[in-house]
Amino acid sequence: MRRLLLALTMLALALPALAVQPDEILADPALEARAREITAELRCVVCRNESVDDSNADIARDIRLMVRERLVAGDTNEEAIQYMVDRFGEFVLLNPRATGANLILWVTGPVLLIVGLGIALVAIRRRKPGPEALSDAEEARLRQLLEE
Amino acid sequence: MIVELGHYALILAFALSLLQTVVPLVGAQRGWADWMAAANPLATAQFVLIALSFAALTYAFVTSDFSVVLVVDNSHTLKPLLYKISGVWGNHEGSLLLWVLILALFGACAAWFGGNLPATLQARVLAVQGSIGAAFMAFTIFTSNPFLRAAFPPFDGSDLNPLLQDPGLAFHPPFLYLGYVGLSMAFSFAVAALIEGKVDAAWGRWVRPWTLAAWIFLTIGIALGSWWAYYELGWGGFWFWDPVENASFMPWLFATALLHSAIVVEKRETLKAWTILLAILGFGFSLMGTFIVRSGLITSVHAFASDPERGVFILMIFAVFVGGALTLFALRSAALEAKGVFALVSRESALVLNNVLLAVASFVVFVGTMWPLVSEMAFDRVLSVGAPFFDAAFTPFMIALAIALPVGAVLPWKRGQLGRAARSMTGAAALAVALGALTFALQTGGSALGPVGVALGVWLVVGSFLDLYGRAGRKGLGDRLRRMTRLPRAEWGKAVAHAGLGVTIFAVAAVLGWASEDIRVARVGESFEHGGYTLTLTDVSREQGPNYITTMATIEVRDGARFVATLHPEKRVYPAAGMPTTEAAIDYSLTRDLYVALGDAQDGGGWALRTYVKPFATWLWLGAALMAFGGLVSLSDRRYRVAAGARKAPRAAATPAE
Repeated sequence: MRRLLLALTMLALALPALAVQPDEILADPALEARAREITAELRCVVCRNESVDDSNADIARDIRLMVRERLVAGDTNEEAIQYMVDRFGEFVLLNPRATGANLILWVTGPVLLIVGLGIALVAIRRRKPGPEALSDAEEARLRQLLEE
Repeated sequence: MIVELGHYALILAFALSLLQTVVPLVGAQRGWADWMAAANPLATAQFVLIALSFAALTYAFVTSDFSVVLVVDNSHTLKPLLYKISGVWGNHEGSLLLWVLILALFGACAAWFGGNLPATLQARVLAVQGSIGAAFMAFTIFTSNPFLRAAFPPFDGSDLNPLLQDPGLAFHPPFLYLGYVGLSMAFSFAVAALIEGKVDAAWGRWVRPWTLAAWIFLTIGIALGSWWAYYELGWGGFWFWDPVENASFMPWLFATALLHSAIVVEKRETLKAWTILLAILGFGFSLMGTFIVRSGLITSVHAFASDPERGVFILMIFAVFVGGALTLFALRSAALEAKGVFALVSRESALVLNNVLLAVASFVVFVGTMWPLVSEMAFDRVLSVGAPFFDAAFTPFMIALAIALPVGAVLPWKRGQLGRAARSMTGAAALAVALGALTFALQTGGSALGPVGVALGVWLVVGSFLDLYGRAGRKGLGDRLRRMTRLPRAEWGKAVAHAGLGVTIFAVAAVLGWASEDIRVARVGESFEHGGYTLTLTDVSREQGPNYITTMATIEVRDGARFVATLHPEKRVYPAAGMPTTEAAIDYSLTRDLYVALGDAQDGGGWALRTYVKPFATWLWLGAALMAFGGLVSLSDRRYRVAAGARKAPRAAATPAE
């Protein structure tokens, strides 16, 4: 499989073309906009980290055309994406679905942020006032003096 | 012969680096001044030897010595001189040699300029620096030797990857490496401080400028790489969340956090343990980045070395250094006593918030980068994590950072009042909201991206100005402006760098939110309209470059009757490497880039053309340049120059004692 992918990649490199081709574009601008939106979220499966929308590979062109066919046939965006996932697997999604273990990926940021801020808050609060800081009583006395 | 000398110099440098690791460390432990002093000449000699070795390899490339395997694989006699030289580091082996060269340079700097450091600290810093050098030279010599000879030298080489034959990419790796490797300095200081069990303001005063220097290089390096992707890859993207880009971005985020927390150590002698941890993590992520790029574990556009043996070696280096440093941290960090106390609302706390946001954002990028690997190995689930995920997961942190920044920047040390700080920023907030709303009203449809970008950009730029303005006394406007010019350079550097961040955020939003695209077939002589411009394809011709064949279009751009530019987008084929590249033609201007890329000849005649108008794209690099310039201004602050002058005194006093 790896070797096949490599061979396909080489083939893709040998046949230059620019991402979306003029002949692929749908006449209906609304439908075309949706197609672009979808293909930006799909991975060119033989490329290294390129979306189908950006890629020059033949397979990327095929996927672009397939997506447009599905849209013309009346699929919603979700259905069109699911159609691709059914054929190429989860690998085709650049934005992984938040299910199962993938939840780790999605909750890392918020959880770490809360933990980080929590630790920082506790650490700052627990810092023992050194000799240069005033105690609460001294502080109150100071305020009293200033107000007088 | 010269190549063999270079090879020998590298091996000799490796031997010296082993000495540099052991001798000063033992000397510092036992209090033997002569053993400690040995570190300085060793560091200098190591740098000179690696420089010789690097010069020898450069010589082999420039003279096209095809008896060297590396030259055969990465060069060609017809290649322009600039790319013969940049070819030295445009490959795995050579780039490692550059890596150790820069590492040795930083080590030598610690020897040359570190005279004002306590002798034991300097010795230990150089020992740690030497050990990193030893590990990477061993890696170079044993797994990735650039000096190997070919048994049967061919008549010509197979050329450098054409994508790398570009001025932007010629200078991208050296800057990036200066940044990556510059963080080794903070790491060495952190480990040395943990061994000493002492961190004080002097430590902070040393670590901060070096971190700042590394950060400046890293900023420039990343910006160059992004600019290169923008004009070279042919569809006008500037950031792809590619694993290799992430590998450079994570250390940048950590370096940014570190240079802010080092201020707290320097000025307030607190947050010591955290700063040490950041220094370890910053360099740790540099090593992780090297691992990601060099092992080819996570395939990407940049991975030109895919070799499991090398991957395992770097993973071992990573485990030893980061694992070792973290263990040391766990054992010794409790000994680092904090002096200054601060309230919840204070500059210190604001910088802690900055650190938390940057560190967490960096971890999010890290998890996203590594997740496909983890998922495949642990859950047998093959998946991708790409730009849409990173955009969604990373952006909120930057927005939070941008919102908090101007207020945090004016909070006083120790104890502040949030209300007062916020009030001083009322003007910036009002202007930001007003201009954001105006943008929203003016734009036809479109996303919220543009208005939010405008608001954040204005908030940061005006906020930075108000920060300076607020520090310039309370008299009339003229007096304030005069006083502003006399503020310390560190204040100016801070304001410029923060404004640079604002400019970058605005530009990212503007390019992503407002770019327009046109894809069509055009015949020679045909005109079309896009974004208010009339473009005419006047000619397409085939021409011969030095080591490539190009198909070059000529496109005239007019705005009504006014001539704007003649653009020459190209498609090149490099026969020796057997690879095509696209060379987009860009008419740069301050308010928009007009970007044209040439596609294939069509069956029915005509050529595929892609035209983009990218509003404020130039501001992306302008913002990055401002950030780097702000760093430079801050680096030239009086307190570092005064410290530099004061260095000579203790040296002179110490000499008779020797």
